[in-house]
Amino acid sequence: MKILAIVPSFNEAESITHVIEAIKGENPLIDILVVNDCSKDETGALADSTGQASVVNLIGNLGIGGAVQTGFKYAVRKGYDIAFQFDGDGQHLASEIKILLDPILHNEADVVIGSRFCEKQNGFRSTPLRRRGIKVFEILNSLLIKQRITDNTSGFRAYCKKAIHFLAENYPDDYPEPEAVLLLGKNGFRLKEVPVCMQERKRGDSSITGIKSGYYMIKVLLAVLVNAMRPRIAKD
Amino acid sequence: MLKSLDINIIQYISILGSIVFIGLIIMLIRNKRIKEEFAILWLFFGGVFLFLSVWRGSLEVIARILGIAYAPAAIFLILIIAIISILIHLSLITSRLTDQAKVMIQELGLLKMEMDTMKKKSKPDPPEDSHTEG
Repeated sequence: MKILAIVPSFNEAESITHVIEAIKGENPLIDILVVNDCSKDETGALADSTGQASVVNLIGNLGIGGAVQTGFKYAVRKGYDIAFQFDGDGQHLASEIKILLDPILHNEADVVIGSRFCEKQNGFRSTPLRRRGIKVFEILNSLLIKQRITDNTSGFRAYCKKAIHFLAENYPDDYPEPEAVLLLGKNGFRLKEVPVCMQERKRGDSSITGIKSGYYMIKVLLAVLVNAMRPRIAKD
Repeated sequence: MLKSLDINIIQYISILGSIVFIGLIIMLIRNKRIKEEFAILWLFFGGVFLFLSVWRGSLEVIARILGIAYAPAAIFLILIIAIISILIHLSLITSRLTDQAKVMIQELGLLKMEMDTMKKKSKPDPPEDSHTEG
């Protein structure tokens, strides 16, 4: 069973080494692919210098969607059975990788989403305003795919081989997470949420602040609604 | 007398303007500054305006069909339709280019990584320049 950790990172020089070590420390059999999304700092070189991760240095900034999709393409070519996304900023916990992968290993789901909201817990659960935005996606996506997904913006996700192949061709751009939930649900993939904790970022800024939050909501809502109108993509 | 001359002048100007416009677009295509694909809409609407300026009565007919009381206002309608269609066409092209650029950036990144891995693997070999005859 070949497992790949896809670590999208943009200007994460402060945390990337720690992230790689945390994943390897948790499970040394997991291969790591750092997708360096044209960082302006030393992210790529630092990741490479650990000797524990493969590093793709993108020559232009694609944003999180294009960066993660690069990981799916790599996973397809190298024949990985499972791939999971683990953000380079250190907000996801390596100790929870096992929880995330279990449902796929036991063939209970094709896609597993680490959720901050599906159970009461005390980790970082975002700011009140953002929680409201996340709630909107919960209601909308749950209606559209008839399954309750509480954390549509979570980037802590694991995918089976079939889903990897599907997303290598069809992953959304820009702010892909909520749209990907709809896309996967609609195309017959079994989704499952598992409760996880997330850490508040220690350094660096969230990519979505101020006016961008409004743009984010509108762009993603539009993408989700239009996506709901598209026909199913035939699966092999 | 003076009034009809005015109208003639504006007609001449618009015919000349349309011809110059179409000529400009054709020249840009000829010099490979615009691809034919992207110039078709420009040429089409250039043709429409040439037609309207040569047969002035056609504007009245169009205005009557569309129920526009003031015939020259129909020009603005046609102009706006032209501009919007060209802008939408441009958005289509930009979106396609963005997609193509994304795929290229991804492939190039993966290829570069592949190449670096191969280079690292073949490192134990002696450097190329040290080959000497005999």
